Amino acid sequence: MANYSTNEFRSGLKVMIDNDPCAMIECEFVKPGKGQAFARVKLRNLLTGRTVERTYKSGESLPGADVMDTDLQYLYNDGEFWYFMHPETFEQVAADASAVGDNGKWLKEQDSCVVTLWNDRPIDVVPPNFVELRIVETDPGVRGDTASGGGKPATLETGAVVRVPLFVENDEIIKVDTRSGEYVGRVKG
Amino acid sequence: MSRLRCFFAEKGVLEVETPLLSAAGTTDPQIHSFETRYEGPGAAQGRPLYLATSPEFAMKRLLAAGSGPIYQICKAFRQGEAGRLHNPEFTMLEWYRPGFDHFQLMDEVEALVTELADGRLPDVSAKRMTYAKLFQQHLGLDPHRASAEVLAQCATGFPALAGISGLDRDGWLDLLMSHIIQPRLEQGCLTFVYHYPASQAALARISQPAADIPAVAERFELFYQGVELANGFHELTDAREQRARFERDLAQRRVQDLPSVPMDDRLLMALDEGMPPCAGVALGLDRLLVVFNGLTRLSDAIAFPFVRA
Repeated sequence: MANYSTNEFRSGLKVMIDNDPCAMIECEFVKPGKGQAFARVKLRNLLTGRTVERTYKSGESLPGADVMDTDLQYLYNDGEFWYFMHPETFEQVAADASAVGDNGKWLKEQDSCVVTLWNDRPIDVVPPNFVELRIVETDPGVRGDTASGGGKPATLETGAVVRVPLFVENDEIIKVDTRSGEYVGRVKG
Repeated sequence: MSRLRCFFAEKGVLEVETPLLSAAGTTDPQIHSFETRYEGPGAAQGRPLYLATSPEFAMKRLLAAGSGPIYQICKAFRQGEAGRLHNPEFTMLEWYRPGFDHFQLMDEVEALVTELADGRLPDVSAKRMTYAKLFQQHLGLDPHRASAEVLAQCATGFPALAGISGLDRDGWLDLLMSHIIQPRLEQGCLTFVYHYPASQAALARISQPAADIPAVAERFELFYQGVELANGFHELTDAREQRARFERDLAQRRVQDLPSVPMDDRLLMALDEGMPPCAGVALGLDRLLVVFNGLTRLSDAIAFPFVRA
């Protein structure tokens, strides 16, 4: 993998820090008028999600991280791994719980997800921004209520629980924003 | 701009213009000149020219020729400097006051900046702190005596500075000053930091050390909102000392594998002829616009920053 010098630093660059792949979030050039130039960077550790700060002398370099975002289709979960398939090569990869994290609850078979691969190993899975899922369990609706006010919890086919308006019923398909976990609307079936 | 010109007109400081293209470059290993080439009448084989990183050398030649107090507003060019508060070309105001020392010049800088701020500065006078006092106060160490190891150890105590290594003593001082102290300087008032380490004198005089006081550079910098705005010197007038510093710079450049640049012999000749004792300062006008208008980046104060130039 190539090395990147401070002149190549930019947000989005994937580099290795303390043996972990990290994505640069911010990079600032700092230089006293008469003094040494530095690159001050903020990075996100792609394995832990934690943000770290680092400072480098201008001209130094960091090893690049072989990190790639790929669009893969979600297949199924066998209780331990989540399986994804490349839509063209049909190659399959298995992601473990640490890669999928909380996002497992939004994964629906056939949906296309962005899977981040580091040395071909999945380290992060991002579901589509919006998913359409069937409600498998929610309290009966109350007639006459509108979208305003409270709402109620509804369990979806993937196990996710979201707050929905009172008029939404079992077996309906709803659209959810996976970034906020919020109900967006009903999908006409 | 008109306020600025009025300020100097009232004080009898003459506006001058000096070449931006020069046969000599800047020897300072931390400042890199753009190099270009002239070919044509007078130079059939062509010869290298350097874009000025500041008009300092040419203005000092005018001072030696008896110009009296002078100022200049011009573009300055620095290779390799681009970022939130850097643009490879920027507008500089530089002025020289024969007979002034750095303290008198700090007074004048404060007066001018206050005038240019036009009420956008809080009504408090500028703070003045020595470099040593700042390091003592923020880090509990003596910047004139601490070794590179002690400074390195201090720096590694800050998580954001993890990962850095291989700096020399001045590098560690620069790191601590720019990353730790500068952001912690009092916001809302102008701060002058003065008496830099002798190793960072650049073109300033170095004071004679006294019994318990180390030699310091008679140099100051102005900060506002944590941003470096100006750098001033009680100017070095000794030609021999100046040549020695240029040579030390060039030796350092060789060690660091940096391009060699011709030193300014015409400046050395002028100093040899005699330059009046004076103080001079350079102030970044684009940065002044940034801090007085609540902007966060230099590109907001420049019509066409370098990426769109």
